[in-house]
Parts: sequence; C-alpha cells; structure tokens
Amino acid sequence: MNDNSHSPTKPNSHQPHYVGVVARFGSPADLMAAARQISAAGYRYWDCHTPFPIHGLDRAMKIRPTILPWLVAGAGAMGALGALVLQWWANGVAYPLNISGKPFFSLPANVPIIFELTVLFAALTAFFGAIVLNGLPRLLYPGSTAASFARVTTDAFLVSIEAKDPQFHPERTAEWLRNLGAESVELCPAPEGDTTIPVAIKRGLLVLAVLALLPPLFIALARQHTTETPQEKPRIHIIKDMDFQPKYQTQAVSPLFEDRRAMRPRVPGTVPFDPHWEPPPEGFLTGKIGSDYLTEFPIRVTEEVMRRGRERYDIYCATCHGWTGEAGPYDGMTSRRARARGEATWVPPASLTGQAVREQPVGKIFETITQGIVREGVYSMPPYAVQIPPEDRWAIVLYVRALQRARAPYPEDFQEAAATASTAGRGLIHDEPMNSNLAKDRRP
Amino acid sequence: MGLASMISRQPEVDNTISDPTSRPPLVIGQHDFATVTETVARIPERPRATLAWKVSFAVAASLAAMFIALTGYLFVTGIGIWGNNSPVFWGFPIVNFVFWVGIGHAGTLISAILFLFRQHWRTSINRFAEAMTVFAVVCAGIFPAIHVGRVWYVYWLAPYPNPMGMWPNFRSPLLWDVFAVSTYMTVSVLFWYLGMIPDLATLRDRATRPLPRLLYGLFSLGWSGSARHWHRFEKAYLFLAALATPLVLSVHSVVSFDFAVSLIPGWHTTIFPPYFVAGAIFSGFAMVVTLMVPAREFFGLKELVTLRHLDNMNKFILATSFMVGYAYLIEVFMAWYSGNKYEFFTFLNRALGPYAWAYWTMVICNVAIPQLFWFKKCRTTPWMMWIIAIFVNIGMWFERFVIIVTSLSRDFLPGSWALYKPTIIDFLMLIGSFGIFFTLFLLFCRYLPMVAMAEVKTVLPQAHVHHRHAAEEHAPSELEYAR
Repeated sequence: MNDNSHSPTKPNSHQPHYVGVVARFGSPADLMAAARQISAAGYRYWDCHTPFPIHGLDRAMKIRPTILPWLVAGAGAMGALGALVLQWWANGVAYPLNISGKPFFSLPANVPIIFELTVLFAALTAFFGAIVLNGLPRLLYPGSTAASFARVTTDAFLVSIEAKDPQFHPERTAEWLRNLGAESVELCPAPEGDTTIPVAIKRGLLVLAVLALLPPLFIALARQHTTETPQEKPRIHIIKDMDFQPKYQTQAVSPLFEDRRAMRPRVPGTVPFDPHWEPPPEGFLTGKIGSDYLTEFPIRVTEEVMRRGRERYDIYCATCHGWTGEAGPYDGMTSRRARARGEATWVPPASLTGQAVREQPVGKIFETITQGIVREGVYSMPPYAVQIPPEDRWAIVLYVRALQRARAPYPEDFQEAAATASTAGRGLIHDEPMNSNLAKDRRP
Repeated sequence: MGLASMISRQPEVDNTISDPTSRPPLVIGQHDFATVTETVARIPERPRATLAWKVSFAVAASLAAMFIALTGYLFVTGIGIWGNNSPVFWGFPIVNFVFWVGIGHAGTLISAILFLFRQHWRTSINRFAEAMTVFAVVCAGIFPAIHVGRVWYVYWLAPYPNPMGMWPNFRSPLLWDVFAVSTYMTVSVLFWYLGMIPDLATLRDRATRPLPRLLYGLFSLGWSGSARHWHRFEKAYLFLAALATPLVLSVHSVVSFDFAVSLIPGWHTTIFPPYFVAGAIFSGFAMVVTLMVPAREFFGLKELVTLRHLDNMNKFILATSFMVGYAYLIEVFMAWYSGNKYEFFTFLNRALGPYAWAYWTMVICNVAIPQLFWFKKCRTTPWMMWIIAIFVNIGMWFERFVIIVTSLSRDFLPGSWALYKPTIIDFLMLIGSFGIFFTLFLLFCRYLPMVAMAEVKTVLPQAHVHHRHAAEEHAPSELEYAR
C-alpha cells in the first residue's frame, strides 16, 4: 500500500527537509477536481484527507478496489465449514449424545450455528481486515505536522503529496497545488525529535511476549507428564465441587432435625407398600444358616428365574468373567483390557466353571456375589450387594450353575439330550420346576 | 452551561411536513461541518459533568452496584433466592433476558437495515441506538449466564477440547442461543466501534487536555481521514451492515427457538420467530425513543435529532405494534383452529386465568396505547411519545412474562400446576439490570460522541459534490506546469 510505505528521514539542519506538502481545499467539489488533476498528473505517493467519505473521490483518485470483499467471503466460507465440521465431529463422532433416538448428525439442527459462525468470522474479518489493510494503528502521517491537519476530522479537505514521490519538488508542487485552487498550501518539515519507538518499550514487549509463552508451556508439560501415567482424575480440574458434594452420608449427624439424625425414621402410621410381603426364607439374604452354607436354592427355580439370571449375569458378571464364566482367553472385556495394558494390581477373575467353584455350595457363591472377595486388604472382586437385589443374586447363582453344568454335564444329561433330539420341536419354555438335579446342589 | 437556558435556547421546530417537490433537510438550523462537530463534540469535552448527569449517574451506579452485590449473593447461596420453582423453572431471569435482548435489536436495525435501504435519516440516531444495543445485550447476556446454577461451570457451554472428553449438544436451541447472542454482541460492538473511529479522531484532534487526548488517540487508532482509508472503511461498514441485517433477524429467531422447539403448549408454534423479531424491533424503537427524548433535550441535539426523526421512529413503533397485535390474534386463532385442547386451554388460561392481569396489561400497552400514534400530535410531541414509549417498554416486558410464566405454570399435567411467586430478589435484580444499563449509557453520553458526526456531515447539502460538477469539467489543466 503506497500510503503506508513512508518512512521519516532524519531532518537536515542546514536546509529544510520536507516530508511532503499539504494543500487545503474549500469544498468537497474543489477537492474532487484537484484529485482528478493530481491523479492525471501521475503522482503516486499522495492522498486526500476528509472529515467524511466523499463518494466518487476514490474513482477520481483511481484507488484500486480493495481486496477486503474476498477476504470477507473467504472468512465467511471458513466459518460455515468450520461450524459444520465442528458439529459433525463433536456430536456425530467424538461425543454422540442419544436424544430420543434422533440421528447424531442432523444437518437442519446445525444450520443456526453454521449461520452464526459464518457471520461472526466474516464480521471479524471485515473489521480487522479494514484496520490492518489501512495500516492502523498508526502514529504519524507525512502531512500530520501541517497546521491544517488538526481540522481534517472537522471540516478540512486536504491533499497531501509525499516527498518521496518522484515528481515532488517543494516549491513547484506547492505552487501547482495553489493553481489547482487550494486555499492554503503548507510544506511539512520532518517531525522533530525521535519518532521511533523507544528501545526500552521494545525490550519490555519482548519480555512480555516471552512471559506469555510460559502458561501454555506449563500446560504442555503437565499434559506430557500425565499422559505417561494414567490418572484417575481429569488432568485439569480447577473446581472440585463435583468431587466433594454437600450431602449426608448414612448415620451422619444433621443440624436440620431435632433428633440430629440425617437418616429419617419411618413416618409414624405408615405401612409397607406390598400387602403380601412376607419375611424371606432363612438364608435368603446371607446364603447361609448359622455357619452352614445353603446347598439348595431358597427360591422357587423356574425357567423365568433362569432367564433373569442369564440377563443379570450378562450385565454384571460377564464384563470380567466372560459370557461363559471360563477363565483365560474367554474373559470379559474388562479383564482382557487389564491384561493387555499390563495392569500390575489386576487380579484375573476365577474360572466359574472350574472345579473349585463347581464344588462350592450355592450359598457360598451367593455370599461371594454379596460380599466380594478381599485379598490382602483389597477387593479383588467388588461386592455387588448394593447393585443387585437378593432375588437377582440367586438368579445369577442359578445361571452360574447352568454354565457349570454346560461345561461339565452329568451322565443323565446325555440321555435327556438324546430324548430331546428325538422329540424335535418340543417347546423349551415351561413353568414346571426344572430338573431337580439342577435345583439341588449336587456335587459330582 | 445551565440546563434551563439550553432547553429554552433550542425551540422545537416542526420539520415533519412533507413537501413532495423537495427533499426535506435531515438536519435543521444553519449547520455546516464545523458546527455539527461543535454541537456533538462539546458534550464529551465539558470539563465537568452537569448536576443532572451526576445525580442520574449516582442513582444508576447505585442500582448497578446493588445488582453486582445480589449476583454475589446468588453465587454464594444458589438460585433458591429466586422464585424459580417447579413447574416454572424459567422465571424472571429468562423474562429479563428476552426483554433485554429484544431491546438490543433496534440499534442494529437502525444501523444496518436502514443503512442498506439508504435511509439517511438514520445518521442522527444510529450511534445512539447502537450504544443502546450494546448495553442492552450486556444486560441480556448476564441473565442466562447467572441462571445456569453453577455459574463457575458456564464455560462448559463453549465447545473446547477438554480432558473430560465432553462436547456440548449442538442440536439444542439453548446452545444455538449461546452462539447467537455472543455473535450478536461481538458484531454489535465491532459495528459500533468501527463507525466511531472517525469521531474519536475528531475528539482526539480537538482535545486540549493530555489524558483525553491520549485515550481518544489510542482508540481512534491514528485515523487521519485518508481517502484510501475511507475507501476500505466504507466497504467494511457496508459488510458489517450486510452481515448484521440477517444476524439481527436470526438472533431473536434463535431466542424464540428456545421456546418454539420445546413441546410446551403456547410455545410450540411456528409463528414464534417472526413474532419475536417484530416484538424486538417494537421494544427496541420504544427504548430508543425513551432515551432519545430526554437526551436531545438535555444535550442540545434538537437540530440534529429533529422531530422528523422522532416521527419516523414513532411510525415504526405503530407499524410493529400492529405486527405484534396480529401475532397475538393469530396465536389464539391457531390454538383454536388446530383443535389441540392443550394449546387452546393455554390461551384461555392466559386471557382468563390467574395471570389475566398480565395478559391484558400486555395487550393494552402493546396494541391499544400505541394506536395513539395515529395522531400526529402524539408522534411529534416529545412528552407524549415518551409516555407512550414507556408503556410499550412495560408491555413488552409483560409479553415475555406472559409467554414464559403462563405456559410453564399450567401445562399438560394439572397435577403439577403451580403459580409462580417471584421473590424480592427477583424484583431487585430486574431493577438492578436497569442500573447496569443506565450506568453504561450515561458513561457513553458523557465521554463518547453521541451522534455520528462524520455520517451527519455526509447528509448536509454542502457535502454534495454534484452541484459543482460543471465547473470542474472546465477547470484549466495544470498538467504542463507541474511537469
């Protein structure tokens, strides 16, 4: 841009050194006429200064059209594309949120943000593009030492011609401008004093720029450090109120109530909701009577319970023990992943179909599900009493028994299989008590 | 400069009579470029504020301080200090949000849409209206932000890669709202500031004291009025206008999606986007009139902001009042015509239920009272239009109250119906938001050019080059001499 390329030269003490000439015209029309003449005369480093935009002046001055429209169009397109990719990536790929089964990536829902970001990017580019292309912010202009320049933002219509223009000659150019109808013409001496930015400020800015690099550097270091050793908590975790929520634990003291108990007793006069509620059979909740494990199921064993047990097993147990309950390569995903990662503290799940568990009474298996397994003070299997109600725990035990029997069948099972094969088409679902061999705990 | 003397020196001149044979002047009085600058620039150049300004500022700043204190109380205690409760979880905060963001629409409408349509009368009022827009959007932005409960997690609304691996739900209108309002805020500020750069340069060049000179100099970025700069400046300004025009229509549409995309009866209607946009323009123009009438009185701007300007704005208010009234009618009609009993119940409930007083306040303020603008006397008498505009402001606040509170308090399940009871804090924060608005506005009046001087100069007759074209063509060529 030729209006920005001026660099002030050092003043010469012997003869006046001019940076340019400033002519003031009386009206927009006079300025426009003069601008046509100056442009026709082939001046290159010159400009008009006006208090408001004068339409047609840019044509009279032969100003080339600005590149700004293309920048704005490009930025708008970038905004649109960026918004589309962002939404596709965020909701379609990286973090798919299932909302009423709607598609993860749905263009109509993305239109508002595509529109907003198109406008935002284009507007920012229009603003900063105009500022930057104009070479702003800027301290000095070639003519800004002229007295008439002080009124250029009020009512002065000025022409400035820079000294570096090849056609510039202090006296002749000034005289020519006067003949063009200028009301006054001023030759502008180079500004006095040093117009460069002080070294101290430059150094200060450099120091600030270096200091500004420190926070991202620390973040990068922190990320590098934490990606090596997996952390339980997010890497950057400023506000901890998700970790420490104000709530009352069981048996805690609360100042809110007169009896200072956080757990509230049953409201007087209320009765259990289930009218048919009966106390559970002995051993139903613990799996044992006294210190003896139950060897028979305390519930009625049906096909329905078996199906329930399978479903619950697949939800709660299969993640570690695998679909078949066998150890080793048939483990669940959690166990396989832990082995793949070489987790040092990981205890591989026991085989449920191996002889050790096959020989356990049902009460013992129930107790293991209820209490988990503690080894050296650490749970190698967590307790499931909280997640799984007792009926479902018994159902799981039943299904585990079925898995075991599938792995190590009884001799009579082969006879039954043969009988089943001979009566093909016989329905599997029946609400009769199942084979008493299964319901009863029978060790091989 | 005494207040009374200034007012008496500036008589009201009626320039609203249209003579079809000539274009009426947009600025009255014997103004040239220098006197336009003088009229506008002397206001921020006063070494001391007037007593009236000081008193107004003290009141506004106290209310703003109260708002900030209440916000602190809110953060420490939680949103239980508000009346929001089941089933009306969107109480005053969202009412206030929609109210303020609606007010913020007239500024950009005047600046952008009237600019694109070459409505030159906008030049006297656009700066003022843009400033009002920016401050109204500031007030609007506060409410949803403090309404999220755990306000310290408000940055989770932004889509940024984070160690939790979470991204916001881009299919939610509430997130569209975040983008729409923040884009609108950004573009409004850019538009306002870009237009102000030449005027800040004027103040810089006129400043006599070092501090104003430094600050105006800093923010005018070294503007010199260069024709090459004006060339790009005008392009950028045109682009911002062209971008802001669809933006201003989109913002309140997106705000209306917050309601229309949900399934609540009374909200789930396709008329909402145009209805909200018309209401926003309506309330925005009313707020411009509310502020402009006293401002031109106190700051001696009657020759730049003439009765014709006010008359035009009042016509806008009248027209948009009809649009809003039409929307009220169509809503009721569609509720009946759709055969949806929940929808129709909602409208019966609005007109006859426990919030009937709010509904009829809305109808009277927004549809009945603006009909006074049919009378030219009302359109051209400042105190009358000021009172009508105040009613419109009240009516438009109640419109949002009616939409939000009545629909939520009685929806599908009668078992969950409950009335909404705002607390004293709700009212204080509503008043406090006006404190924020007026504090910013008074600072603007005191320290920044209230009228776009450079733009007003372009509409003066002296600015037109064409009268002297003939003389130019025959000017003697000085080419030979220069060489």
